[in-house]
Amino acid sequence: MKFMRKLALLMAAALCLSLLAGCGSTPAPSSGTSEPGDTQDTGPIKIGYLGPLTGGAAQYGIAVQNGMMLYVDEINANGGVMGRQVEVVAYDDKGDAVEALTAFNRLVSQDEVVAIVGAVTSGPTIAVAQESANMDNPIPMITASATADEVTAYGDNMFRSCFLDPFQGETMGRYAAEVLKAKTAAVIYNNSSDYSVGLMESFSQTCSDMGVEMVAVEAYAEGDVDFRAQLTNINAKNPDVVLIPDYYNAVDLVIQQLRGMGNQSTLLGCDGWDGLLNVTANADNLFDCYFSNHYSAEDPMAAAFVETFMARHNEEPMSFSATAYDAARVLFDAMERAGTTESAAVIAAMKETDLECVTGHITFNEKNNPIKTCSIITIKDGAYKLDRNY
Amino acid sequence: MIFISQLINGVHVGSIYALVALGYSMVYGIIKLINFAHGDIIMVASYAVWYGAVRMGLPTWAAILLSIVICPLLGMLIEKIAYKPLRGSARISLLITAIGVSFLLQNLARMIFTATPQSLPALIPGKLSVGPWTLSYTTLVTIAVAVVMMLCLNLLVSRTKMGKAMRAVSEDTEAAQLMGINVNHTISFTFAIGSGLAAVAAVLYCCSYPQVSPTMGSLLGLKAFVAAVLGGIGSIPGAMVGGFVIGIAESLTKGYIHSGLADALVFLILIVVLIVRPAGLMGVHRPEKV
Repeated sequence: MKFMRKLALLMAAALCLSLLAGCGSTPAPSSGTSEPGDTQDTGPIKIGYLGPLTGGAAQYGIAVQNGMMLYVDEINANGGVMGRQVEVVAYDDKGDAVEALTAFNRLVSQDEVVAIVGAVTSGPTIAVAQESANMDNPIPMITASATADEVTAYGDNMFRSCFLDPFQGETMGRYAAEVLKAKTAAVIYNNSSDYSVGLMESFSQTCSDMGVEMVAVEAYAEGDVDFRAQLTNINAKNPDVVLIPDYYNAVDLVIQQLRGMGNQSTLLGCDGWDGLLNVTANADNLFDCYFSNHYSAEDPMAAAFVETFMARHNEEPMSFSATAYDAARVLFDAMERAGTTESAAVIAAMKETDLECVTGHITFNEKNNPIKTCSIITIKDGAYKLDRNY
Repeated sequence: MIFISQLINGVHVGSIYALVALGYSMVYGIIKLINFAHGDIIMVASYAVWYGAVRMGLPTWAAILLSIVICPLLGMLIEKIAYKPLRGSARISLLITAIGVSFLLQNLARMIFTATPQSLPALIPGKLSVGPWTLSYTTLVTIAVAVVMMLCLNLLVSRTKMGKAMRAVSEDTEAAQLMGINVNHTISFTFAIGSGLAAVAAVLYCCSYPQVSPTMGSLLGLKAFVAAVLGGIGSIPGAMVGGFVIGIAESLTKGYIHSGLADALVFLILIVVLIVRPAGLMGVHRPEKV
C-alpha cells in the first residue's frame, strides 16, 4: 500500500514535469551589444532585425535571421559595405504587433539603426510599416516574408523580397491554362489557413478568367487527416488539374489518398510544397506534380546559397531564408549605389534595384513589391526538377 | 454511385472509430473510468509501427507485431501504476489522472520523437478496380479486420471464462470478488484487450493516414469517445454501432453538406444524444444506488 502511494506520488511528479515540458519556452535572446550614437561615416553600419525568435512563429523568424546573417557575414568578410563593416541589432517581436512596435522604437531611437530587415509575420510587419511611415524621415525597411497585400501600402520606405500569396495562385492558374492546357480544375484547400484560402481564391479567379472550368472546390480543417469524402467528389469530376494549396505534411496525406483512389489528374501546389520529398514515404504517388517556388536549387546562384547554408546550419534552407538573403542583398546593394546610409537616398536607390538574386531577378513595382518570376518545380523519380521559370 | 463511394469511405473511418470506441467502452464498463489516455495509446502504437518499420527497418508484419505486443503491456502498466492505487477514491480523481496520463504520453512522445510528424511507407499498397469503382486494398483490409476483431471480441466476452468474469466484475465488483473472481486480473485483462484493439486500430489508421505525430490521438480519441457515448458507453455492440454511425455521418457531411461542418456534426450528435437519450442507443440505464 505504501509502495503504491509512493508510486502514485512519483506518477504525479512525472505528470507535473511533463506539463512543464509542454509549456516550456526559452528566454528571449537579447540584442547585440553596441554603444548608441555611433553613426560616423567610418564606424560600422548598424541595421536592425525584427522578427519572432520565440513562440509559435519562431521557425520563420529564425529562418529569416539565418538567411540574413549569412549575407551579412559574407559581405563583412568581403570588406563590408562602402568599406564599413555591418553590425546587426536583433530584437525578438514574438510574432506580436505590440512587441514589434516597442522593439521598432528602440531600434530607431536608442540603437539608431539606418535600416531594418523585418518584421517577419504579416501582423507585426503591418504595425511597424504604419509606424515607420509616420516618422519625419522614414528609414528604409524590407521584409523577407510578410506576404499580406497591405504590408507595403503605408509608406514609400517599406519593401519586400518575397512574392505575395495571390501571385502564386495566379501563376499556377495561368500555368494550368497556358502550359498544361487544362480544361477543368478543382481545388481542395485548408479553410483554417489564410494562406490556403488566399491561394484558392486567386487560383479560382484566374482559372475562370482564362476559361478553365472550376468543377469542384472542397475544404478541410487544420489537423484533418481524412480527405476521402472530399476527394471522392473531386475524383468523380475527373478534373485535368487539382490545386492543393497547403504545407507539405497535409499535402502528402491528400496526395496519397487521392492517388489511392486511382486518380491520375495533374496536381498543382505552391511554395508550401517545398519539403514534400523529405516527409513523404511513398514518392511513387508523386507523379504529374508541379508547384511554384521562390527558387530552384538548379540555378547556380541558388545552388551556391543552399550549399553555404547547409555547411553552416546542417539543414536545407527554408525559402524564407533565401528571400531574407536577398532582402539583405537588395538593401546593401542600394546603400552601395547611393554611396550613403542616408534614408531618402537609400530608399530611392532601392526603388531602382535591378539585381540577379537567389530567388530570381528582382526589380520593384510602384508599390515596392518585387517583380520576379516563379520557379515551377516538378517532381520526377523522387527528385525536384526545374520545369521552367514562369 | 458517388453515394456508395461515400458510404464506403464512412464505413472505413467508422471501423477505426469503432475499434477505438470499444476500448473506451470496455474500460468504462469495468471500472467506470473514461480513460482519456486511450487516444494516446493509439499514438504510442503508431510510433511503435513507425519505429519498427522505418527506424529499425523491420518487415511490415514484424513492425505491426511489435506494436500489438507493446500496447497491451503499456495498457496494463498504466492501469497498475496510475489507476489501481486510486481504485477506492472518488471517480473524479481517476478521471483527472487519466487526463494526466494522456499529457504524460503526449509530451514524452514530443520529447523523444519531436513534434515534427513522421511518415510511414504504404503498408498495404495497391488497389482493386471493379468496373467504374476503385477500392484501395487499405479500405478492404481495414473494414475486414475491424469486423473480424469485433466478432472475436464478442465471442471472447460471451463464450469464455474470462469474458464471464469481465461481465461479472462489470455488473458488481464486490459480489464478483466474493464469488472467487480475481478482480485485479480481470481488470488488467480488460485493459490489455482494450489497448490491443487500440493497437489494431492504430495499425489500420497508419495504413490509411501514413503520418504519426504526438497529438494524433487526441481528436481520434475524442471522436471515438463520442461514438462510445452514442452507442451507450459500457455496451460493446453499442460501441461498434456508434463508430459506424459517426464515420458515415462524417463522410456524408463532408461529401454532401460542407466539409467544414464534419467535426461540428460529430459533437452535435454527442449533445443531442446526451439530451435525448443519455444512456445511448444500446446502453441500459442503471439507476444509481444511494
